[in-house]
Amino acid sequence: MPKHKLPRKSTHIDMTAMCDVAFLLLTFFMLATKFKPDEPVVVVTPSSVTESPIPPNSILLTLDKDGRIFFDFDNKAAKKDMINDMNTARKLGLTPDECDNFVRGSSVGSSLSQLKSFLSLTSADKGNFQFSGIPNDTTDATLDNNELVYWVQEARAFGTANSSDGKSPRICIKADSKTPYPKVRALINSLTKNEIDRFNLITAAEAVPEGTALWEERMKSVKTTNTETHN
Amino acid sequence: MAEIESGGGKKLSTRVDLTPMVDLGFLLITFFMFTTTMSKPKSLEIVMPSDKKTDVVNKVKDYTALTLLLSKENRIYYYYGIGDNPLVPPKVEVTYFKNQGGVRDAIIKLVKDVNETKQRDAGQPGISETDVPTILIKPDTNSTYLDMVNALDEMQINGIGTYAIVDISDVERGFIKATEAANSDQ
Repeated sequence: MPKHKLPRKSTHIDMTAMCDVAFLLLTFFMLATKFKPDEPVVVVTPSSVTESPIPPNSILLTLDKDGRIFFDFDNKAAKKDMINDMNTARKLGLTPDECDNFVRGSSVGSSLSQLKSFLSLTSADKGNFQFSGIPNDTTDATLDNNELVYWVQEARAFGTANSSDGKSPRICIKADSKTPYPKVRALINSLTKNEIDRFNLITAAEAVPEGTALWEERMKSVKTTNTETHN
Repeated sequence: MAEIESGGGKKLSTRVDLTPMVDLGFLLITFFMFTTTMSKPKSLEIVMPSDKKTDVVNKVKDYTALTLLLSKENRIYYYYGIGDNPLVPPKVEVTYFKNQGGVRDAIIKLVKDVNETKQRDAGQPGISETDVPTILIKPDTNSTYLDMVNALDEMQINGIGTYAIVDISDVERGFIKATEAANSDQ
Protein backbone atom coordinates (compact mmCIF):
# COMPACT_ATOMS: atom_id res chain seq x y z
CA MET A 1 0.00 0.00 0.00
CA PRO A 2 1.23 3.39 -0.81
CA LYS A 3 1.84 5.58 2.16
CA HIS A 4 -0.24 8.71 2.42
CA LYS A 5 1.79 11.63 3.46
CA LEU A 6 -0.34 14.05 5.50
CA PRO A 7 0.50 17.68 4.87
CA ARG A 8 1.60 19.42 8.01
CA LYS A 9 -0.86 22.16 8.96
CA SER A 10 0.37 25.49 10.19
CA THR A 11 -0.76 26.60 13.66
CA HIS A 12 -0.88 30.21 12.57
CA ILE A 13 -4.32 31.79 12.39
CA ASP A 14 -5.07 34.62 10.09
CA MET A 15 -5.48 37.62 12.35
CA THR A 16 -6.71 40.01 9.67
CA ALA A 17 -10.40 39.45 10.32
CA MET A 18 -10.00 39.83 14.06
CA CYS A 19 -7.98 42.95 13.58
CA ASP A 20 -10.75 44.37 11.40
CA VAL A 21 -13.36 43.72 14.08
CA ALA A 22 -11.17 45.19 16.81
CA PHE A 23 -10.63 48.41 14.94
CA LEU A 24 -14.26 48.67 13.90
CA LEU A 25 -15.27 48.53 17.55
CA LEU A 26 -12.51 50.94 18.44
CA THR A 27 -13.79 53.46 15.91
CA PHE A 28 -17.31 53.08 17.26
CA PHE A 29 -16.27 53.73 20.85
CA MET A 30 -14.05 56.62 19.87
CA LEU A 31 -16.91 58.31 18.09
CA ALA A 32 -19.46 57.49 20.77
CA THR A 33 -17.31 58.79 23.61
CA LYS A 34 -18.20 62.20 24.81
CA PHE A 35 -15.18 63.60 26.52
CA LYS A 36 -15.43 65.82 29.49
CA PRO A 37 -15.40 69.45 28.39
CA ASP A 38 -12.36 71.32 29.62
CA GLU A 39 -13.34 73.06 32.78
CA PRO A 40 -11.71 76.14 34.23
CA VAL A 41 -11.67 74.61 37.70
CA VAL A 42 -11.51 71.13 39.11
CA VAL A 43 -14.74 70.26 40.85
CA VAL A 44 -15.14 66.99 42.71
CA THR A 45 -18.85 66.34 42.94
CA PRO A 46 -20.38 64.24 45.70
CA SER A 47 -22.14 61.01 44.72
CA SER A 48 -25.78 60.06 45.04
CA VAL A 49 -28.00 57.08 44.23
CA THR A 50 -30.05 58.98 41.66
CA GLU A 51 -30.24 57.58 38.15
CA SER A 52 -31.69 60.47 36.20
CA PRO A 53 -29.37 61.92 33.57
CA ILE A 54 -28.65 65.59 33.07
CA PRO A 55 -31.53 67.07 31.07
CA PRO A 56 -30.75 68.61 27.70
CA ASN A 57 -30.92 72.39 27.30
CA SER A 58 -29.61 73.06 30.77
CA ILE A 59 -27.77 75.95 32.33
CA LEU A 60 -24.72 74.74 34.21
CA LEU A 61 -23.65 76.72 37.24
CA THR A 62 -20.37 75.45 38.60
CA LEU A 63 -19.47 76.35 42.15
CA ASP A 64 -15.93 75.59 43.19
CA LYS A 65 -14.73 75.06 46.73
CA ASP A 66 -13.80 78.73 47.15
CA GLY A 67 -17.33 79.73 46.22
CA ARG A 68 -16.54 81.09 42.75
CA ILE A 69 -19.42 80.72 40.30
CA PHE A 70 -19.00 79.75 36.65
CA PHE A 71 -21.60 79.83 33.93
CA ASP A 72 -22.09 77.51 30.97
CA PHE A 73 -25.00 76.65 28.72
CA ASP A 74 -25.23 73.67 26.39
CA ASN A 75 -27.62 75.40 23.99
CA LYS A 76 -25.20 77.05 21.55
CA ALA A 77 -27.86 78.96 19.62
CA ALA A 78 -29.22 80.49 22.81
CA LYS A 79 -25.70 81.25 23.99
CA LYS A 80 -25.06 83.19 20.79
CA ASP A 81 -28.27 85.21 21.15
CA MET A 82 -27.69 85.93 24.81
CA ILE A 83 -24.14 87.21 24.40
CA ASN A 84 -25.22 89.49 21.57
CA ASP A 85 -28.02 90.85 23.73
CA MET A 86 -25.80 91.25 26.78
CA ASN A 87 -23.17 92.95 24.66
CA THR A 88 -25.54 95.67 23.53
CA ALA A 89 -27.53 95.99 26.76
CA ARG A 90 -24.52 96.22 29.07
CA LYS A 91 -22.11 97.81 26.57
CA LEU A 92 -19.48 95.11 27.01
CA GLY A 93 -17.68 96.18 23.84
CA LEU A 94 -17.10 92.65 22.57
CA THR A 95 -16.05 92.09 18.98
CA PRO A 96 -17.88 89.42 16.92
CA ASP A 97 -14.81 87.20 17.33
CA GLU A 98 -14.99 87.49 21.09
CA CYS A 99 -18.70 86.67 21.06
CA ASP A 100 -17.91 83.61 18.99
CA ASN A 101 -15.24 82.72 21.49
CA PHE A 102 -17.87 82.75 24.23
CA VAL A 103 -20.28 80.57 22.24
CA ARG A 104 -17.70 77.91 21.45
CA GLY A 105 -15.85 78.04 24.77
CA SER A 106 -16.66 76.31 28.02
CA SER A 107 -17.57 77.83 31.38
CA VAL A 108 -16.86 81.46 32.08
CA GLY A 109 -16.63 82.90 35.54
CA SER A 110 -15.81 86.56 35.63
CA SER A 111 -17.65 89.78 36.27
CA LEU A 112 -19.16 91.50 33.26
CA SER A 113 -16.45 94.14 33.34
CA GLN A 114 -13.74 91.50 33.10
CA LEU A 115 -15.50 89.43 30.45
CA LYS A 116 -13.83 91.19 27.54
CA SER A 117 -10.34 90.69 28.90
CA PHE A 118 -11.02 86.96 29.19
CA LEU A 119 -12.68 86.46 25.82
CA SER A 120 -9.96 88.37 23.97
CA LEU A 121 -7.38 85.81 25.09
CA THR A 122 -6.20 83.09 22.76
CA SER A 123 -7.06 79.55 23.78
CA ALA A 124 -3.46 78.95 24.91
CA ASP A 125 -3.56 81.85 27.38
CA LYS A 126 -6.99 81.01 28.71
CA GLY A 127 -5.61 78.43 31.09
CA ASN A 128 -3.68 81.10 32.97
CA PHE A 129 -6.61 83.45 33.41
CA GLN A 130 -7.43 84.08 37.05
CA PHE A 131 -11.19 83.78 37.37
CA SER A 132 -12.86 85.73 40.09
CA GLY A 133 -16.24 84.04 39.59
CA ILE A 134 -19.52 85.63 38.61
CA PRO A 135 -20.41 88.07 41.39
CA ASN A 136 -23.42 87.06 43.43
CA ASP A 137 -24.07 90.17 45.43
CA THR A 138 -26.80 89.45 47.95
CA THR A 139 -26.61 92.66 49.93
CA ASP A 140 -29.08 94.39 47.64
CA ALA A 141 -32.50 92.94 48.38
CA THR A 142 -33.95 93.65 44.93
CA LEU A 143 -31.05 91.83 43.22
CA ASP A 144 -31.23 94.29 40.33
CA ASN A 145 -27.47 94.62 40.28
CA ASN A 146 -26.79 90.95 40.88
CA GLU A 147 -24.81 89.72 37.88
CA LEU A 148 -25.51 86.05 38.50
CA VAL A 149 -29.25 86.65 38.37
CA TYR A 150 -28.75 88.66 35.19
CA TRP A 151 -26.82 85.82 33.54
CA VAL A 152 -29.45 83.26 34.47
CA GLN A 153 -32.34 85.45 33.39
CA GLU A 154 -30.72 86.08 30.01
CA ALA A 155 -29.99 82.39 29.55
CA ARG A 156 -33.52 81.40 30.48
CA ALA A 157 -35.09 83.95 28.15
CA PHE A 158 -33.01 82.91 25.15
CA GLY A 159 -32.97 79.26 26.12
CA THR A 160 -36.77 79.14 26.03
CA ALA A 161 -36.84 80.90 22.68
CA ASN A 162 -34.29 78.49 21.21
CA SER A 163 -35.52 75.23 22.73
CA SER A 164 -37.10 72.49 20.65
CA ASP A 165 -40.01 71.90 23.05
CA GLY A 166 -40.63 75.47 24.22
CA LYS A 167 -39.68 74.67 27.80
CA SER A 168 -37.44 76.92 29.79
CA PRO A 169 -33.99 75.46 30.47
CA ARG A 170 -33.26 73.64 33.72
CA ILE A 171 -30.67 74.93 36.15
CA CYS A 172 -27.94 72.45 36.97
CA ILE A 173 -25.73 73.17 39.94
CA LYS A 174 -22.37 71.46 40.00
CA ALA A 175 -20.66 72.18 43.26
CA ASP A 176 -17.58 70.79 44.92
CA SER A 177 -17.99 68.50 47.93
CA LYS A 178 -15.98 70.92 50.03
CA THR A 179 -17.97 74.02 49.12
CA PRO A 180 -19.20 75.62 52.35
CA TYR A 181 -22.97 75.45 52.65
CA PRO A 182 -23.50 79.25 52.96
CA LYS A 183 -22.08 79.69 49.44
CA VAL A 184 -24.53 77.11 48.07
CA ARG A 185 -27.34 78.72 50.01
CA ALA A 186 -26.47 82.17 48.66
CA LEU A 187 -26.51 80.87 45.09
CA ILE A 188 -29.85 79.12 45.53
CA ASN A 189 -31.33 82.06 47.43
CA SER A 190 -30.58 84.51 44.65
CA LEU A 191 -32.40 82.25 42.21
CA THR A 192 -35.41 81.41 44.39
CA LYS A 193 -35.99 85.12 44.83
CA ASN A 194 -36.51 85.18 41.07
CA GLU A 195 -39.10 82.41 41.12
CA ILE A 196 -36.63 79.74 40.06
CA ASP A 197 -36.99 76.93 42.55
CA ARG A 198 -36.27 73.71 40.65
CA PHE A 199 -32.67 72.66 40.51
CA ASN A 200 -30.69 69.67 39.33
CA LEU A 201 -27.69 68.95 41.50
CA ILE A 202 -25.02 67.21 39.49
CA THR A 203 -23.57 64.22 41.27
CA ALA A 204 -21.58 61.12 40.50
CA ALA A 205 -23.34 57.78 40.48
CA GLU A 206 -23.37 55.53 43.54
CA ALA A 207 -24.81 52.10 44.27
CA VAL A 208 -27.95 51.81 46.38
CA PRO A 209 -27.17 50.23 49.78
CA GLU A 210 -28.81 46.83 50.17
CA GLY A 211 -31.85 46.39 52.36
CA THR A 212 -33.02 49.99 52.22
CA ALA A 213 -36.44 51.16 51.04
CA LEU A 214 -35.14 52.35 47.68
CA TRP A 215 -33.22 49.14 47.14
CA GLU A 216 -36.34 47.03 47.73
CA GLU A 217 -38.34 49.23 45.40
CA ARG A 218 -35.78 48.86 42.64
CA MET A 219 -35.61 45.10 43.18
CA LYS A 220 -39.39 44.95 42.88
CA SER A 221 -39.40 46.85 39.61
CA VAL A 222 -36.65 44.58 38.26
CA LYS A 223 -38.73 41.52 39.17
CA THR A 224 -41.92 42.84 37.58
CA THR A 225 -40.18 43.67 34.33
CA ASN A 226 -38.66 40.20 34.32
CA THR A 227 -42.01 38.46 34.75
CA GLU A 228 -43.54 40.69 32.14
CA THR A 229 -41.00 39.63 29.59
CA HIS A 230 -41.50 35.96 30.46
CA ASN A 231 -45.26 36.08 30.01
CA MET B 1 28.69 41.46 -7.05
CA ALA B 2 26.01 39.67 -5.28
CA GLU B 3 24.07 37.35 -7.35
CA ILE B 4 20.36 37.44 -7.38
CA GLU B 5 19.29 34.19 -5.92
CA SER B 6 16.99 32.23 -8.02
CA GLY B 7 15.42 28.85 -7.89
CA GLY B 8 16.52 27.48 -4.55
CA GLY B 9 16.28 30.86 -2.75
CA LYS B 10 13.84 31.28 0.14
CA LYS B 11 10.69 33.21 -0.65
CA LEU B 12 9.98 35.79 2.04
CA SER B 13 6.39 35.73 3.19
CA THR B 14 4.48 38.97 2.75
CA ARG B 15 2.29 38.15 5.74
CA VAL B 16 2.66 40.24 8.86
CA ASP B 17 1.80 38.87 12.26
CA LEU B 18 -1.20 40.91 13.29
CA THR B 19 -1.49 39.60 16.86
CA PRO B 20 0.14 42.62 18.56
CA MET B 21 -2.05 44.95 16.55
CA VAL B 22 -5.17 43.09 17.67
CA ASP B 23 -3.92 43.28 21.25
CA LEU B 24 -3.51 47.01 20.98
CA GLY B 25 -6.92 47.37 19.37
CA PHE B 26 -8.67 45.57 22.17
CA LEU B 27 -6.73 47.45 24.79
CA LEU B 28 -7.94 50.74 23.36
CA ILE B 29 -11.49 49.41 23.10
CA THR B 30 -11.43 48.52 26.77
CA PHE B 31 -10.16 52.00 27.59
CA PHE B 32 -12.91 53.72 25.62
CA MET B 33 -15.58 51.42 26.99
CA PHE B 34 -14.64 52.32 30.53
CA THR B 35 -14.35 56.04 29.94
CA THR B 36 -17.76 56.21 28.27
CA THR B 37 -19.67 54.48 31.04
CA MET B 38 -17.83 55.95 34.00
CA SER B 39 -17.90 59.63 33.18
CA LYS B 40 -21.66 60.03 32.97
CA PRO B 41 -22.74 62.39 35.73
CA LYS B 42 -26.20 62.10 37.18
CA SER B 43 -28.49 64.80 38.42
CA LEU B 44 -30.39 64.98 41.65
CA GLU B 45 -33.53 67.04 41.36
CA ILE B 46 -34.62 69.27 44.19
CA VAL B 47 -37.30 71.84 44.61
CA MET B 48 -36.41 74.55 47.07
CA PRO B 49 -39.16 76.14 49.12
CA SER B 50 -40.02 79.43 47.51
CA ASP B 51 -39.61 82.57 49.58
CA LYS B 52 -43.31 83.22 49.41
CA LYS B 53 -44.27 79.95 51.08
CA THR B 54 -42.82 80.28 54.54
CA ASP B 55 -45.49 78.34 56.35
CA VAL B 56 -44.26 74.90 55.25
CA VAL B 57 -42.67 74.17 58.58
CA ASN B 58 -45.72 75.23 60.56
CA LYS B 59 -47.91 72.61 58.91
CA VAL B 60 -45.73 69.71 59.97
CA LYS B 61 -47.24 67.60 62.73
CA ASP B 62 -45.08 67.00 65.74
CA TYR B 63 -45.12 63.20 65.66
CA THR B 64 -44.17 62.96 61.97
CA ALA B 65 -41.20 65.30 62.13
CA LEU B 66 -37.49 64.61 62.27
CA THR B 67 -34.99 67.43 62.14
CA LEU B 68 -31.45 66.92 60.91
CA LEU B 69 -28.98 69.63 61.83
CA LEU B 70 -25.93 69.34 59.61
CA SER B 71 -22.82 70.55 61.33
CA LYS B 72 -19.06 70.59 61.00
CA GLU B 73 -16.95 67.50 60.24
CA ASN B 74 -19.96 65.79 58.61
CA ARG B 75 -21.73 65.52 61.94
CA ILE B 76 -25.50 65.34 62.10
CA TYR B 77 -27.42 66.38 65.18
CA TYR B 78 -30.96 65.09 65.04
CA TYR B 79 -34.09 65.14 67.11
CA TYR B 80 -37.64 63.92 66.70
CA GLY B 81 -40.54 66.32 66.71
CA ILE B 82 -40.66 70.00 65.92
CA GLY B 83 -38.86 71.06 69.07
CA ASP B 84 -40.58 74.44 69.32
CA ASN B 85 -41.57 74.16 72.96
CA PRO B 86 -38.92 76.14 74.88
CA LEU B 87 -39.86 74.44 78.16
CA VAL B 88 -39.19 70.94 76.86
CA PRO B 89 -36.06 71.01 74.71
CA PRO B 90 -35.84 68.02 72.37
CA LYS B 91 -33.42 65.19 72.98
CA VAL B 92 -30.66 65.87 70.50
CA GLU B 93 -28.34 63.10 69.42
CA VAL B 94 -25.29 63.07 67.19
CA THR B 95 -24.64 60.71 64.31
CA TYR B 96 -22.88 60.49 60.93
CA PHE B 97 -23.59 59.48 57.34
CA LYS B 98 -22.84 55.77 57.40
CA ASN B 99 -24.29 52.64 55.87
CA GLN B 100 -24.55 50.96 59.26
CA GLY B 101 -25.52 52.64 62.50
CA GLY B 102 -25.70 56.12 60.98
CA VAL B 103 -28.47 58.57 60.37
CA ARG B 104 -30.33 55.96 58.30
CA ASP B 105 -31.32 54.12 61.46
CA ALA B 106 -32.91 57.29 62.83
CA ILE B 107 -34.91 57.73 59.60
CA ILE B 108 -36.04 54.10 59.57
CA LYS B 109 -37.15 54.47 63.19
CA LEU B 110 -39.15 57.58 62.27
CA VAL B 111 -40.96 55.77 59.44
CA LYS B 112 -41.75 52.86 61.75
CA ASP B 113 -42.94 55.12 64.58
CA VAL B 114 -45.17 57.16 62.31
CA ASN B 115 -46.80 54.03 60.89
CA GLU B 116 -47.33 52.54 64.34
CA THR B 117 -48.80 55.75 65.74
CA LYS B 118 -51.17 56.01 62.80
CA GLN B 119 -52.44 52.47 63.36
CA ARG B 120 -52.67 52.73 67.12
CA ASP B 121 -54.24 56.19 67.39
CA ALA B 122 -56.35 56.11 64.25
CA GLY B 123 -59.35 58.42 64.50
CA GLN B 124 -57.87 60.52 67.28
CA PRO B 125 -57.57 64.28 66.79
CA GLY B 126 -54.34 65.29 65.08
CA ILE B 127 -53.80 61.86 63.52
CA SER B 128 -54.73 61.48 59.91
CA GLU B 129 -54.35 58.64 57.41
CA THR B 130 -52.52 60.99 55.06
CA ASP B 131 -49.76 61.86 57.53
CA VAL B 132 -46.32 61.04 56.18
CA PRO B 133 -42.91 61.14 57.79
CA THR B 134 -41.45 64.59 57.25
CA ILE B 135 -37.82 65.49 57.50
CA LEU B 136 -36.45 68.98 57.90
CA ILE B 137 -32.85 69.39 56.83
CA LYS B 138 -31.16 72.35 58.42
CA PRO B 139 -27.55 72.81 57.39
CA ASP B 140 -25.48 74.97 59.69
CA THR B 141 -23.05 77.51 58.24
CA ASN B 142 -20.07 75.25 58.96
CA SER B 143 -21.45 72.31 56.97
CA THR B 144 -20.47 71.64 53.37
CA TYR B 145 -22.23 70.89 50.12
CA LEU B 146 -21.31 67.23 50.60
CA ASP B 147 -23.44 67.09 53.75
CA MET B 148 -26.39 68.60 51.94
CA VAL B 149 -26.20 66.12 49.05
CA ASN B 150 -25.70 63.21 51.44
CA ALA B 151 -28.79 64.26 53.37
CA LEU B 152 -30.86 64.57 50.18
CA ASP B 153 -29.52 61.21 49.07
CA GLU B 154 -30.60 59.67 52.35
CA MET B 155 -34.16 60.87 51.61
CA GLN B 156 -34.10 58.98 48.31
CA ILE B 157 -32.56 55.88 49.82
CA ASN B 158 -35.22 55.68 52.52
CA GLY B 159 -38.11 56.64 50.28
CA ILE B 160 -38.96 59.83 52.18
CA GLY B 161 -41.19 61.91 49.93
CA THR B 162 -41.66 64.94 52.15
CA TYR B 163 -38.58 66.88 53.11
CA ALA B 164 -37.31 70.40 52.93
CA ILE B 165 -34.09 72.29 53.32
CA VAL B 166 -34.71 75.04 55.84
CA ASP B 167 -32.46 77.66 57.35
CA ILE B 168 -31.14 76.88 60.81
CA SER B 169 -32.16 79.08 63.73
CA ASP B 170 -30.15 80.29 66.68
CA VAL B 171 -32.21 78.07 68.99
CA GLU B 172 -31.01 75.04 67.06
CA ARG B 173 -27.43 76.24 67.09
CA GLY B 174 -27.90 76.31 70.86
CA PHE B 175 -29.00 72.63 70.74
CA ILE B 176 -25.80 71.74 68.90
CA LYS B 177 -23.67 73.61 71.42
CA ALA B 178 -25.45 72.01 74.37
CA THR B 179 -25.01 68.53 72.89
CA GLU B 180 -21.35 69.17 72.17
CA ALA B 181 -20.81 70.31 75.75
CA ALA B 182 -22.67 67.30 77.14
CA ASN B 183 -20.65 64.88 75.00
CA SER B 184 -17.31 66.35 75.97
CA ASP B 185 -18.15 65.97 79.66
CA GLN B 186 -18.37 62.23 79.40
